[in-house]
Formats: sequence, structure tokens, C-alpha cells
Amino acid sequence: MIDVLYFAWVRERIGVPRERVETRAETVADLVAELCAREDRYQAAFADRQSLRVALDQELSSFDAPLAGVREVAFFPPMTGG
Amino acid sequence: MRVAVQEAPFDLGAEAAAFAAGARGAGAVVTFTGLVRDNGGRLAAMEIEHYPGMTEKAIASIVDEAVRRWALTDALVIHRHGRLGADEPIMMVATAAPHRADAFAAAEFLMDYLKSRAPFWKKEIGADGAEWVAAKATDEAALGRW
Repeated sequence: MIDVLYFAWVRERIGVPRERVETRAETVADLVAELCAREDRYQAAFADRQSLRVALDQELSSFDAPLAGVREVAFFPPMTGG
Repeated sequence: MRVAVQEAPFDLGAEAAAFAAGARGAGAVVTFTGLVRDNGGRLAAMEIEHYPGMTEKAIASIVDEAVRRWALTDALVIHRHGRLGADEPIMMVATAAPHRADAFAAAEFLMDYLKSRAPFWKKEIGADGAEWVAAKATDEAALGRW
């Protein structure tokens, strides 16, 4: 089981801020493919990978990163702080 | 060094005065404050979302990097989240250093990195709907100068 968090318009498209996901995905990209195969709302959120960022256990990472040992995955648009 | 991520407003004058008073050994203090732009009166409110836990860690590591690069005696970052009105202070940065060049450069570095490496997302609420603020290519490019 892995905690998956969504922020900003990714959260709005998926409809929940976080969920626990049962997965055997080996990489972030595999997890995204699994989610997209479930329901259209995931496809709507993940359609444009270029406009998404991912963090693994609260550190910025990449879509080809392995998920082994990871407890928390977060997907969000490019940040707009300051 | 202090990092505060908070919903509550902050008192810019009091924070700047306390920071300067505590900046022993410094010859220069620089402060920067970001305000909510009213977009020519069209903005009703701004909502700022963040990633509790990661936001604090990301800012702390940006501050650590600034301390490695410049001769800072102290640094402060306050960043708000939640619903803010036009003209309200969103965030402030303060740096203290023996000389002003380090204090100015570190403050600009902190601002550039806070814009695109600290997990905050801004949504502008207007009279005719709400829109997420898109990240600018110029903000990403600004990191290249460091």
C-alpha cells in the first residue's frame, strides 16, 4: 500500500486530496499507467505529463524513479510560491 | 534561521524589527515582502494551497543552500497559505550579513527558489471565476543564474 497525494488542479480533476493505493507498480510511470487504466478522471489529470511534477516521500523526483520503499507519492503542477 | 508556514497574517514591521534586533554581527539586513496583486481590481481573493511537511522541508533546504553560498548571519522566511485578500502580504524573506552584497544576493536567491521549488500553488478567485496561476518559464529560467 502506498499513500498517493494530489494538489491544486490535479486534486480537483481526481476529486480527492489523497488515497491509499494497492499497487505493485515498480516506477512512478507504472503507477500512473495503473491509475489511468482505472477511471477517466485519472486520465484527465495525467494527460499532460510535461505539466506535472512528482515527489517521493516529500522530495522532488521523476516519473522514471523506482517506487521500492516509498511510502508517499505526490502529484502536482509546477509550483507557484513566492 | 527561521521558517514559518502559516495561515495567519504576519506583522511585517514587527517581524522586520525583531529580525534586525536579533541580527548581531551583521552590517546589513535586507527584507523582501510579496503582496497579493489585485489584477487591476479584478481579484476577489487568492487561495494558496501547500503540501504540509514537504513545504517546510523544501524551504529549510533552500535556506540551508543560501547559508552555504553566502556569508549570512541569519535568515527568515515566512509564507502564508489559505485564503488571502488583495494587497495582503503573502510572504516575506529577510537576510542578515556582514555586508550588503551577500544579504541582497541571498534574498534574491531565496525568492527565485521559493517561486518554483517550494510546494505552493496559487489560485486567483475573480468576479468571473477562479483560475490556477500557471508557472512562468521565466521563473524556471531565473534559477539558471544561480
